[in-house]
Amino acid sequence: MIPLEHYLIVSAALFSVGVFGILTRRNAVNVLMCIELIFNSANINLVAFSRFIEGALGGQVFALLVIVVAACEAAVALAIVMSLYRITKQVNLDKAAELKG
Amino acid sequence: MTAAQVVFYGACLVMLGSALYVVLGRNLVHCAFALVATLVGVAAFYVFLGADFLAGAQVLIYVGGILTLLLFGVMLTNRIYDLKISTGAVQVFPGAVAAGLVFAVLVWIIRSVDWNAMDTGAPGPTSEPLGKLLIGDYLLPFEIASVLLLIALMGAAMLVRRRTRP
Repeated sequence: MIPLEHYLIVSAALFSVGVFGILTRRNAVNVLMCIELIFNSANINLVAFSRFIEGALGGQVFALLVIVVAACEAAVALAIVMSLYRITKQVNLDKAAELKG
Repeated sequence: MTAAQVVFYGACLVMLGSALYVVLGRNLVHCAFALVATLVGVAAFYVFLGADFLAGAQVLIYVGGILTLLLFGVMLTNRIYDLKISTGAVQVFPGAVAAGLVFAVLVWIIRSVDWNAMDTGAPGPTSEPLGKLLIGDYLLPFEIASVLLLIALMGAAMLVRRRTRP
């Protein structure tokens, strides 16, 4: 049987990969993909805890709600990226500095 | 090593390898398809944890919905005839150091805490109890999530609407 720590370490690795992507990638859509990686690592943790510690289904309910929030986030963020593209004709996050003082 | 362990660590390898491709690959469309492999790997984890409904929802919502949305984003924000849909990376070394530090701290915490974990066994088919929980104990979060989804989708539609000059 796979122990709890292995799930947690794999999810920590997925989280770190997502953090690395957010820090280094410059394409807005690619940064969104990295955010999805982080959402998924959090979800693995929730489901693993619900199986190994809680012993009930509360963690799975919260994982479902996280998936809903991820869908909202993807929709709104892609709308913002599309507006950005329409205005500036590019989606490079370094170039999107209109709000910088 | 049992068959379950082989499948588990295989899923780990596929998931982490494709996640690395998502953050390192040069071609955005390839990155999006690598993300499919990552999400299917996460679904395999849910199957291992006995969350059958969640694994199905993961494949349906993520791979069928969110990923299609992301692919639309890639295709609409890069000109199609621009064959090399590439994405640059900056500050790779500081980013790697920061992510490595995050990973080291997380692993240290995970290894130092006594989780007091006990395997409660696969909870069996989860769709029926999940549905009862969603309209029972977790009714308020469920309703808030539905309203949030409605508001977010209306907001997204408002944001991308082409404004007509009055």
